[in-house]
Amino acid sequence: MTGDTKYLEVHWWQVNIKKLKSKLVITVAVLFILFNVVGCIGQNEKAKLSSSINTDTEPGNALDQTDWPEKLKIGRIASPAEIAAKDIDVRPDGTGLPPGSGTAIDGKAIYLVKCASCHGQTGIEGPENQLVLSPKAQATGKKQKDSKVIGNYWPYATTLYDYINRAMPFNAPGSLTSVEVYNLTAYLLYANKIIKEGQLITAKSLPLIEMPAKNKFVADDRRGGAEIR
Amino acid sequence: MQTIVVEGQKYDNFSMMEINKEETGDNPIQKSSTFTRRKLLLGGAATAAVVLVKSSFGKMVQTAVPENIYIPADPTKIPGPPSGTLGTRSPFENPLKKSSATSSRTPLQDLYGTITPADLHYERNHAGVPAIDPNKYELLIHGMVEKPLVFTLADLKRFPAFSRICFLECSGNFRTGKEEMTPQEICGLTSQSEWTGVLLSTLFKEVGIKPKASWFLAEGSDAAVMTRSIPLKKGLEEGMIVYAQNGEAIRPEQGYPARLFLPGWEGNTSVKWIRRIELSDQPFMTREETSKYTETIKDGKVRQFSFDMDARSIITYPAYPVQVQKGWIEIRGIAWSGRGKIVKVEISTDAGKSWLPARLQGPILDKAHTYFRHLWEWRGGETELLSRAIDETGYTQPTMGQLINARGNDMGGYHLNPITAWRIKRDGTVLFKPENKS
Ligand code: HEC
Repeated sequence: MTGDTKYLEVHWWQVNIKKLKSKLVITVAVLFILFNVVGCIGQNEKAKLSSSINTDTEPGNALDQTDWPEKLKIGRIASPAEIAAKDIDVRPDGTGLPPGSGTAIDGKAIYLVKCASCHGQTGIEGPENQLVLSPKAQATGKKQKDSKVIGNYWPYATTLYDYINRAMPFNAPGSLTSVEVYNLTAYLLYANKIIKEGQLITAKSLPLIEMPAKNKFVADDRRGGAEIR
Repeated sequence: MQTIVVEGQKYDNFSMMEINKEETGDNPIQKSSTFTRRKLLLGGAATAAVVLVKSSFGKMVQTAVPENIYIPADPTKIPGPPSGTLGTRSPFENPLKKSSATSSRTPLQDLYGTITPADLHYERNHAGVPAIDPNKYELLIHGMVEKPLVFTLADLKRFPAFSRICFLECSGNFRTGKEEMTPQEICGLTSQSEWTGVLLSTLFKEVGIKPKASWFLAEGSDAAVMTRSIPLKKGLEEGMIVYAQNGEAIRPEQGYPARLFLPGWEGNTSVKWIRRIELSDQPFMTREETSKYTETIKDGKVRQFSFDMDARSIITYPAYPVQVQKGWIEIRGIAWSGRGKIVKVEISTDAGKSWLPARLQGPILDKAHTYFRHLWEWRGGETELLSRAIDETGYTQPTMGQLINARGNDMGGYHLNPITAWRIKRDGTVLFKPENKS
């Protein structure tokens, strides 16, 4: 702007008429340009504003975070002990399994006391989820035939430890010791003919067990678009 | 004592006397005290009586109306109760969820728009609805992060907030088997809310995600200690931790005080009552992503991590149990897709022989229920009404036959989104046309 205003600072005593005329023309021209530029800026700003008022929720432009600080410094640091107490999950590679071991023989005894009332004496009868696949039952009823159980449907043995530990028994979740969970895991693997009766299940051996259903599992291939999958 | 008075059809002398006293009372104090009493009667009735009322679509239905309600013959002749501290539904409106032990379904046929009233939002839980003290609530984020952090509910609310209107649908949202089924019974495990909370990307920025992280575990604080593995990409793109639903604190059934929300993905992944997020470089293979929420397809294969909800629609009017009359009928319903926006809904009024585009109610939102309407003249002949949704990926809602073709006869029960057909009988009754999996 400063570069332009010098045209306006024209004192009458400095100019003759002819000069004044040309200065006037220039002044008018400059004012005209200025007006238009400012006007355009105004319009551009409006356009910009309306495009930045993006009420859409397309992925990726959900929230403009450009003017945010690197960290908002909200929340407190979690201590390692606190994390260890809350981190109960067990992964397919065995990460998260506590020290300990179990066998089917010990597991059966616990199963009969703490699980059989809901899952049946042998894990087949129910009334709740069937846990054990019975070849005999397969032939007799549709429900059994359709059942997806540990022996024919579970891809990882570690999931069994993780799930029993976090959610069972249904009426007293979180009440089992790690040794009890190892024993029950061993029993249910044995009942599903995946391990031998005397086989010891430990933090090391559990992730190594090959589950019969493992290679059934495939990634989701639905992608939208014209094809129905 | 029963004191229902509907349009002067039924009177109770005692209550009329009381009301008359109110009407004539010129003492304002006395007036307000009687008003308070009447308000109590309106809101606090425990028992119900059955009266005939006109349903929203003009059909006479039996509706349960609480006892002790005074319905004046002319509401312009008597002031109503004063304003109150909590709104209530009209005693004539009685939409209810249909519930089993582990889920309850939204009465889609009773709704008129795309937002589900929070108390009618569907429920699915695996070990009941936990009671959580918001003052003790904490969310831990740890694993492959620079700085593991714990956030209280107040912390979560301090972060820049974000709101979004989206549907939420259970991937097991399909029932069939008989003709007498309502939209609620067929696919009532979908609901829509405005969700408010903090974007996961905001929280992840705060803890600092390590470059190798690619998945995270979401864990709930219910008695199932529900867990799902979620690809980090989805979390960063549009994941949220939500603490509010339709403007108020999220309901306990929906995850109070805070839940994960993943737009367009099967409901189970939006872990409720979330207490922990652990970043990792591999999925955790929890029971809910192996034994459950996976589906058998062809050749004995099992589809896993099938997150996206494919496009779907359903006509919610006319639908069982209504009975229609000859003449003009506005066909109405909802369409939605977990993969983006609905671009088109087509209606067939001749059992699928021809299709016409329905009018879509705007604004059409990404991964949201979209209302559609189509005016149709029913001349009294037997026919079938169908709707099919088309989303912005070019996907067209399939028939059951197409699904079986693609997935085989042993296909699992998750992610079934077939076109729903309603049979219109000569007498105007509307029946579901059940199509079985196999
Ligand atoms: C009070 C009844 C009850 C008892 C007791 C009980 N369970 Fe369960 N169990 C259930 C229910 C209900 C489910 C299904 C939960 C769900 O679907 O979310 C289940 C599911 C399971 C599953 C997963 C099944 C599948 O197909 O995914 C396993 C494994 C299991 N229970 C093991 C056990 C063990 C081991 C015990 C004993 C420590 C036990 N349960 C005790 C009711 C019970």
